[in-house]
Amino acid sequence: MGSSVSGLSVPPSVPGVDRNLDTSGHAAAIDVQGMNFFYGEQQVLFDISLVVPERSVTALIGPSGCGKSTFLRTLNRMNDLVDGARCTGRCLVEGQNIMDPAVDVVLLRKHVGMVFQKSTPFPKSIFDNVAYGPRVAGEKNRAVLSELVESCLRKAALWEEVRDRLHTSAMALSGGQQQRLCIARTLATNPKIILMDEPASALDPASTDRIENLIGELCSNYTIVIVTHNMQQASRVSHQTAFFFRGRLVECGPTMKIFTSPAEKQTEDYITGRFG
Amino acid sequence: MSVVSGGVTDGVVSVSFTAGSDSQIRQRLRLSRYFMWLCRLVTYASLGVLAVLLLSIMWNSAGRLSWSFLSSHYSMHPDRCGILAGLWGTFWLVLLTAGFSIPIGVGSAVYLEEMAKDTWLMRVIRVNLSNLAGVPSIVYGILGLTAFRPLMIQLQSLFDGRHAVNVLGMFRLRLLKLDIYDGSVLIGAMTMSLVILPTVIIASQEALRAVPASIRVASLALGATRWQTIWRQVLPASLPGIATGVILSISRAIGEAAPLMMIGVLTVASMCPGGLESPGQLLSEPGRVLAVPFDQFTAMPVEIYDWSKQPDPEDRFTAVAAAGILVLLAVLLTVNAAAMIVRYRAGRQLRW
Amino acid sequence: MYSGLEVDQQWSASCQLLLVRLGFGLSFVESVLMPTWASQRIHRRHETLIRWVLFVCAALSVLTTAAIIYVLLSNAVYAPGEKTAFFERVSLWQFLTSGRWKPTDGAGAHFGIWPLLTGTLQVALIASLVSIPAGLGAAVYMSEYAQPREREFLKPVLEILAGIPSVVYGFFALKFITPWVLKPLFGLLGLEISIFNSLSAGIVVGIMVTPLIASLSEDVIRAVPRSLREAAYALGSTRFDVSARVVVPAALSGILASFLLAFSRAVGETMAVAIAAGGNPLLTLNPLRGSQTMTGFMVHASAGDSAADSISRMSMYAVGITLFVMTLTINLLSGWIMRRYREVYQ
Repeated sequence: MGSSVSGLSVPPSVPGVDRNLDTSGHAAAIDVQGMNFFYGEQQVLFDISLVVPERSVTALIGPSGCGKSTFLRTLNRMNDLVDGARCTGRCLVEGQNIMDPAVDVVLLRKHVGMVFQKSTPFPKSIFDNVAYGPRVAGEKNRAVLSELVESCLRKAALWEEVRDRLHTSAMALSGGQQQRLCIARTLATNPKIILMDEPASALDPASTDRIENLIGELCSNYTIVIVTHNMQQASRVSHQTAFFFRGRLVECGPTMKIFTSPAEKQTEDYITGRFG
Repeated sequence: MSVVSGGVTDGVVSVSFTAGSDSQIRQRLRLSRYFMWLCRLVTYASLGVLAVLLLSIMWNSAGRLSWSFLSSHYSMHPDRCGILAGLWGTFWLVLLTAGFSIPIGVGSAVYLEEMAKDTWLMRVIRVNLSNLAGVPSIVYGILGLTAFRPLMIQLQSLFDGRHAVNVLGMFRLRLLKLDIYDGSVLIGAMTMSLVILPTVIIASQEALRAVPASIRVASLALGATRWQTIWRQVLPASLPGIATGVILSISRAIGEAAPLMMIGVLTVASMCPGGLESPGQLLSEPGRVLAVPFDQFTAMPVEIYDWSKQPDPEDRFTAVAAAGILVLLAVLLTVNAAAMIVRYRAGRQLRW
Repeated sequence: MYSGLEVDQQWSASCQLLLVRLGFGLSFVESVLMPTWASQRIHRRHETLIRWVLFVCAALSVLTTAAIIYVLLSNAVYAPGEKTAFFERVSLWQFLTSGRWKPTDGAGAHFGIWPLLTGTLQVALIASLVSIPAGLGAAVYMSEYAQPREREFLKPVLEILAGIPSVVYGFFALKFITPWVLKPLFGLLGLEISIFNSLSAGIVVGIMVTPLIASLSEDVIRAVPRSLREAAYALGSTRFDVSARVVVPAALSGILASFLLAFSRAVGETMAVAIAAGGNPLLTLNPLRGSQTMTGFMVHASAGDSAADSISRMSMYAVGITLFVMTLTINLLSGWIMRRYREVYQ
């Protein structure tokens, strides 16, 4: 235990992600204590406690069905949409307990954006997709919207590719472009925290690369929590890594430490590929 | 507008997630709630309409429904008018319609789902089926009116002395004695079968599609032929689904009047097809059943149409029509209850 | 078991004896016309016979369409033999341009489709005004808001509403809606309403087709992927935003297809309209007055006792072909839109 894992080389991080960044000075963007989660009678998360420092990337790794996606979806209460879902414990976002029934999920979700595994462009134009969030929030001024759409598309590294066809259907974009569009769309609601649920798992290597670089660019301004089953990816893009197994948080620590000298045997077995 | 700012999001902004903390969101949530109530309102309005419809009919019938209403014929006097001819007419019509449409409809569905390959002809048949389902029933009435009576007369002449088909001599004797009317039960049933056939076929196709492929493969692997597989495995397994679809189609045939009006069924009838007026007579004189298909008839919805249209200042025929509607709805309810029982029992027995 | 097998063999043998010639003929035709389900040849004769019988059943639907088209064309457009079709006696020009419909035999007859057409469209439009908001609202409610149990209760109610016969709705319009709802309502406004009027007919037809719109639209709304809804919620949408700005627009073409289908149903609706709208072919756009629809005229004409080849009788076929072409066109359009919609999400 605690010995360095032999034979595992940690790949270089993407630009913008300094894995040696000391986040101890950062305030906690998300602070989860003792969270339990149930689908009906079945408990899928057991006593999770995890702190996500702001303006950093936290990767959640673990085998399929370990609860990492479920955990991610509790952070903006997307699980409310599932019948029979129930959550106990405390989850502070910006110091407020979002499990509180008094919380307005619409406000919360604007603050905590989410990008899904499958890109989900609305069957509208590229412009309308990005402008959706501000529009539902009441923004009508065309000039403001145009400016916002441009800045978000630039931040999502998509602007150069689509600037000439902003008003064509978003469905015509390639898979990688669609996913970056979804990121731009999320940025347009001006969140502080972005949750990413395996954002690159359906993409080709080149598109994956672009998404990873994008995460590197965004992490200086946003708090990002990313679920991934790709450990290489987790090590490339994150400051902090949390390993989930069978609904429990086995270990959480700085990415370099998790990938070179994990404290738990299960973590070591997983990242060296002995199971999962 | 606290929401929109395109700038970089550095610097801590304190946010509150507490409900109601943002007036703009409060407004949006209110809109959302109004919208939900609007949708709920129109949905439940359908329930209200149904209730008003039933109540207004009951109120209009005002005690007109009685045993004598069920057992009397049409009369000029609204107080003596009854629905007997329509009841028997509908009964025979539906019986024959089911006799035509079930074998043909289920047979078509079996062919299309289990046997046909994806050729252009099959594609034509499939596209054609969905279009036939949308043809107004009155158009089928035109077909029945124009084509079926001449067809029957042709058939009759085929069986008469000149073109004797000796093998069918028995039928020849039977048919020679009968006049072929417009608006006979047989022509009505043929027309009505065409009206409901597309829905019977489409419902049966859906039921057949719900049978898992593994059953077919297993049966074929045991050396059964294609037809043995269908007859012994696929059809029994899909029977509840087919039965539900068929019963719903049949209930459409019970309530449909337009094609019958077109083929010229009687609107005012004081006789029942074959002269059979009670179930007892059916047992004592079963031979009369043979005459039923060739006899003229009326059906309940046709009678209701006629009663509704009677110029009637004192609304006495209105009560007759309302009572007729109650009988019609009761018959429909019985048939639909049968469909529900079939569905329920099947749901308990069959689980894939 | 043993004897059963024997009987089976016997039966099969006798089938072969009886049908051997027929079977050879069939299998020859079949090999040309119908490729077998599996590529192997079916050796049993009775299987071939069954296949053939079932094929005839399936082909009957094509025959029905052909028969409908033949009957309409041969009576309306061109009649083979000694009969003369409707348009051989009345010019198509008069049919399409004249504003009077007076289908009598002899002098003074006018055959202009417009009064029947406006009557039909008026009823169908009123029906759409009733059924589109109601059907769409119900579809959105059942797919986006209703709890599963509530839905299980609402669906049968709509099915019952759809299953009530047309004549019953006609009665409801004539004996309840007109005298007890519309008459007092328009009385307050100082307007006169006839006993037979298009408005009541349109309202009940609207009620009749509402379940159709509701169930078809609900299906297409449900086909909108869950991921799209979640994405919208994750952007801070309220339920209204999700329904009205994402789900309904995404399902719009499918919803449009259901509207078209309901419109075509309303155009072809017969008995309710024949009872409630009356039988007077007036060229009017006033829904408070009576009118005659195409279907209403056909019911009326078939009940008449004029001779089978009289012009008044033949006019029924001209109206019939107009109705058939109209509904078929709308249905085909609806089907085309619906197919394109399904391609997007499947």
